[in-house]
Amino acid sequence: MMFRLKDWMTGVASVLGCVFYCAAFAQGNASDAHSAGAERIKQGEYLFRAADCAACHAEPGGTKLTGGRAFTLPFGSIFAVNITPDKKTGIGDYTDEEWLKMLRSGVGRGGKHLYPVMPYTAYTLMSDEDALAIKAYLFSLHPEHAAPPRNQLSFPFNQRWSMIFWNWLNNPDKRFKPVSGKSAEWNRGAYLTEALGHCSQCHTPRTLTYGLSSKAYAGTVQMGWRAYNLTSDPNHGLGGWTDEQLKSYLATGKASGKGPASGPMAEAVEHGLRYMTPEDITAIVVYLRSLAPIAEGPVVQSSLKVQDKTQTETESRGQMLFVQACAGCHLPDGRGRQSEWAALAGAHSLSDPEALNLIQVLREGTSLETAQGRVFMPGFTKTYTAEELAAIATYVTAHFGGSNVAVKPSVFKN
Amino acid sequence: MSFDLHINGAAQTVDVPSDMPLLWVLRDILGLTGTKYGCGVAQCGACTVHLDGAPVRSCLLTVAAAAGHHITTIEAIEQTEAGAKVQQAWLDEEVIQCGYCQSGQIMAVTALLQNNPHPTDADIDDAMAGNICRCGTYVRIRKAIHRAASQDA
Amino acid sequence: MRKWNRTQGEGLSPPTRRALLGGVLAGGGGFLLSAFVPGLPLIRASKAQDAVTGIVFSPNAFIRITSQGGVTLIMRHAEMGQGIYTGISMLLAEELEVGLDQVSVEAAPADPAYVDSVAGEEETGGSSSTRDSWVPLREAGAAARMMLIAAAAEQWGVPASACTARHGTVFHHASGRSTSYGALAEAAARQPVPKKITLKSPTDFTVIGTSPRRLDTKAKTNGSARFGIDVQIPGMKIGCIKACPVKGGHLTGYNRAAALAVPGVVDVLTLPDAIAVIASHMWAALKGQEAAAPAWDYGPNAHIATTDIVARMKAASEQSGVTALKTGNAEEALKRAHTRIEAVYELPFLAHAALEPINTTLHIRPDGADVWVGTQVPGRARQEVADATGLPPESIAVHNHLIGGGFGRRLDSNSIGQAARFAKQVSYPVKLIWTREEDITQDQFRPYYYDRISAGLAADGTISGWHHRTTGSAVTARWYPEGMQNGLDPDAVEGAAQTPYVMADQLVEFVRDEPDAVTTLWWRGVGPTHNVFVVESMIDELAHTSGQDPLALRKKLAAHQPRAIKVLDEVAKQSGWGRALPVGHGLGIALHYSFQTWAATVLEVAVEKSGQIRLIRVDSAVDCGPIVFPDGVVAQIQGGLIFGLTMALYNEITLKNGQVEQSNFHNYRMMRLNEAPDIRVHLVPDPDAEIGGIGEVGTVAAAPALANALFAATGKRLRRIPFAKQFSKVDASL
Ligand code: FES
Ligand code: FES
Repeated sequence: MMFRLKDWMTGVASVLGCVFYCAAFAQGNASDAHSAGAERIKQGEYLFRAADCAACHAEPGGTKLTGGRAFTLPFGSIFAVNITPDKKTGIGDYTDEEWLKMLRSGVGRGGKHLYPVMPYTAYTLMSDEDALAIKAYLFSLHPEHAAPPRNQLSFPFNQRWSMIFWNWLNNPDKRFKPVSGKSAEWNRGAYLTEALGHCSQCHTPRTLTYGLSSKAYAGTVQMGWRAYNLTSDPNHGLGGWTDEQLKSYLATGKASGKGPASGPMAEAVEHGLRYMTPEDITAIVVYLRSLAPIAEGPVVQSSLKVQDKTQTETESRGQMLFVQACAGCHLPDGRGRQSEWAALAGAHSLSDPEALNLIQVLREGTSLETAQGRVFMPGFTKTYTAEELAAIATYVTAHFGGSNVAVKPSVFKN
Repeated sequence: MSFDLHINGAAQTVDVPSDMPLLWVLRDILGLTGTKYGCGVAQCGACTVHLDGAPVRSCLLTVAAAAGHHITTIEAIEQTEAGAKVQQAWLDEEVIQCGYCQSGQIMAVTALLQNNPHPTDADIDDAMAGNICRCGTYVRIRKAIHRAASQDA
Repeated sequence: MRKWNRTQGEGLSPPTRRALLGGVLAGGGGFLLSAFVPGLPLIRASKAQDAVTGIVFSPNAFIRITSQGGVTLIMRHAEMGQGIYTGISMLLAEELEVGLDQVSVEAAPADPAYVDSVAGEEETGGSSSTRDSWVPLREAGAAARMMLIAAAAEQWGVPASACTARHGTVFHHASGRSTSYGALAEAAARQPVPKKITLKSPTDFTVIGTSPRRLDTKAKTNGSARFGIDVQIPGMKIGCIKACPVKGGHLTGYNRAAALAVPGVVDVLTLPDAIAVIASHMWAALKGQEAAAPAWDYGPNAHIATTDIVARMKAASEQSGVTALKTGNAEEALKRAHTRIEAVYELPFLAHAALEPINTTLHIRPDGADVWVGTQVPGRARQEVADATGLPPESIAVHNHLIGGGFGRRLDSNSIGQAARFAKQVSYPVKLIWTREEDITQDQFRPYYYDRISAGLAADGTISGWHHRTTGSAVTARWYPEGMQNGLDPDAVEGAAQTPYVMADQLVEFVRDEPDAVTTLWWRGVGPTHNVFVVESMIDELAHTSGQDPLALRKKLAAHQPRAIKVLDEVAKQSGWGRALPVGHGLGIALHYSFQTWAATVLEVAVEKSGQIRLIRVDSAVDCGPIVFPDGVVAQIQGGLIFGLTMALYNEITLKNGQVEQSNFHNYRMMRLNEAPDIRVHLVPDPDAEIGGIGEVGTVAAAPALANALFAATGKRLRRIPFAKQFSKVDASL
């Protein structure tokens, strides 16, 4: 039983990453712009972005927050709910109290326990004011009548009450309290990181029951993507990054000499971080800088390491394929050409001995909306063979990351 | 937004969205239709132009990123020594079939020869594999590159 | 109007479309007097074209000589890279006695003058036997030359027989006089059209059989060549089309306000099943399309997957079909065969993926329309626009353009009709472009074929029974229904019903099964690309099973075909058939006769331990009868092989939920320069034979030669295209 529960939790974990598909933001209702609540709604919209809600709740392929996005887990599917103010299918009937209870304890209207796909263990830290501002913003949207499909889970995972035990173990249900002795900036950063951005949900390793472990921000793997070590460790974490690099990465999804954000992180930037004010970005950086170093996870690449051209047969095959399909954007020397987001140099994923994120972008592609338009890479599995993709990954890590990773073709098996 | 571009030696000002790829600025705003649209995702090379002498895929290069740099397109490549040599070799080897990819091919080769006047087959592989020719002129492209490279001034 | 009166093929070829993509001589001819219709010069020779003013000598629809001396050849064939501008110009120039450097080429408008008398419409492709160009187009040139000579003779008061013409000038050697064609234009126009035309003897040819510089290439090196997508008309807007991703579905809604809010977007137009965002430039149109976020009802095909289509074909293939060929008694012969092989071969849906995506520019007015497009069928294009707009066809001018790769795609004109239905909603000229994604997902695909084949060998190694049943879509039924023969699509069995080999007891059948959610169309190599893969693989299987050398078996079975033996011997010699090879390498051979051309091809492949396939080298011996433009033939074989090898290794279109899963070159893969094999073409022409097509020959040879080489290298027989993933240790087990 425990084994199965763990499996389930791992599945849940995978979607805690939240963000795998593009979704655009719903627009606020302009007619409210002059009302008394306008300021609050605007604030709510900002917080809504900081909390990255749209990534999960936008309709698949669309912009309305009608939910419906499927989280496919090994034991069934969970669907994101409609968070427009429609009374029947959305959140239109939520009172403020019910709203706060839902965000904090994971208990929805009518006493339904939410599954922790919804990061309420982070949102619980939000202040009443902020939580209700988000609600005000959502209530300013056009109500859309759209019932998401019913969850399809098998027993015992369809038993919402089992969440009581999980919450008891893992949900602190506390508000964020500023730490005295820390600067206001640090406290703002901590609040943004912990309560809204729910960064720990991806970047902190999990315990056996899928709660957050004590190794905060030491990095972990979520649904095949590596969420890197964010602690101040100079070799494994962010210790070697400059403030400028960090700010740029958070605000735009790229940093000179550090490669681009991809996959879930790209989506976190796209839906949330790029809307943050420079002050808030700086505050997050200040907070991240304070995280105690933990020497875990792949070592950070200090610079582009271009090795001699051809080593193994696999690498030379990888190079041959790289110049066909990859160099158009990344350049044969990995410096990028079409945009700064195509620069591979220094990307953490190139020194990951498992090359996880590299494998993921080759499999699934990645996309990021930036101020200069959308940057993207398509997935390549449909036409390149598993051996070819493995050869590309092996070549790229060896050639640009200086690591000797023999990526196995089987990781590209669909 | 307004952008100042240096295209084929002339200054041009265009008023376009900042995320507009250079490809469409060239084709639809400036009427330089020699640069082709083939894929829009940097997979085919038909849109290749030179940005400060380096080959770039104009379909993904935003006008904002191109502004302030020197851009050369197929229409002016004959004014470069390497470009003229490549064009001549292309005719002498009768490389071209439908021709749709060939602006991009010629731009890629010219950049190659400007950096590496005597490329090996391996150099040619690396420089040219990003340019698709659906008509399959590859055998002749390779031959023509060697011919152009052998015709030093 | 569309009178499909196809001539029966010669030799082994079945009565069907021939040289579809055209050898240099593909297409029919007509020698028709016609009013001169001005068009746009697309290609200019080194001499600039004169302004069309003053006197014009236009003895027929193909030639125009102005009094300023400009010689223009009006080209009714579309140039898609196959070199047809050059090849046809050579025929005309040979007899007109002008140098290719003296002429400009102009695309013919849609005009009855350019109707192929056999096909019943204007078409570039194999609508008629290649002979139709070979004679009439030379006659067109000769007639003009005779009239020019007659005009000069009349002026000089000498007999025409005492005058000669060369390089655009008429000479009277006895008196040393000469006059240029330009100076004679006016007088020539008054001459009667000659009743009897004498053609040059082949021994006097100075143009035919040489390899001049192609006429269209210079403009293609400097960006000045204009393809359809390059059209720019004053006041023109640019639109981007998106159709319902599932065939048979329709548009249910879209965000008009959001699309119009994109700067540069001027309009959003809809059809029941498609949307077009119109803007001042393509980028705005693309952004507008994204903002419009069209919603669709996917309709009845919303759940179709390729697996469903194939499952149905498989079931259909179990029943007998329409007989295409029956000799002897295949069933009995198979029963008494010494060895017998039964196999299923499968070929996928294929996209054309020409590098220039589909596009059409139109200006539709109340009283007429202009259409700027690259098309292989200008007459159909015009009819599509007429049907879409209700305008009389005579009021519609089709300005044909260079085509950035055809491969059969531009034989279809539906996209032009779609564009016209959008363009008629606005008053301004509009260029409507399909994105690459649209071009691949909305293509009309080469059919999926499911072929069952049983073949037997007698103890002496000869064939004892051959039963080939092919199941698939009938392109002919849609494209020219009159071409169907009692339920038989001749294209579907071309290359199967007539093999180069002695087969006393043979049964070839066709089972028609039209796939849901897919429209099918011609694709480079048409029937033979499909059937020669099956036949030549099977011959190889028989050879290996019976312990015979694949070359020796072919020679034995095709001993009655001297041209087959000639190309086989040539390719064996050139490729070093039988030579020792490194481990993991293999040589594969394929022989075929299609489009009236014989070709034997040997391919060397290497398969690495990882399963990676490496193409080393291809030798192809080709006999296409008399050769007009040898270098053009070589180029077509080279390109055709790359095209076919790309398909054989990588390509398939698949559907899921009614939608095409491939969308761009990252998942519909093209061969690249660094994996292209060395290709050597060996010409062994036969000047006395019929002229053959060449545009498709290389493509036909590719898959069987590769499959047979892979077998030789690894012992693994591939009966399904594409191959590459089947050699993957990981993918193959999927
Ligand atoms: S159009 Fe830019 S690479 Fe294909
Ligand atoms: S010449 Fe046609 S695509 Fe290259």
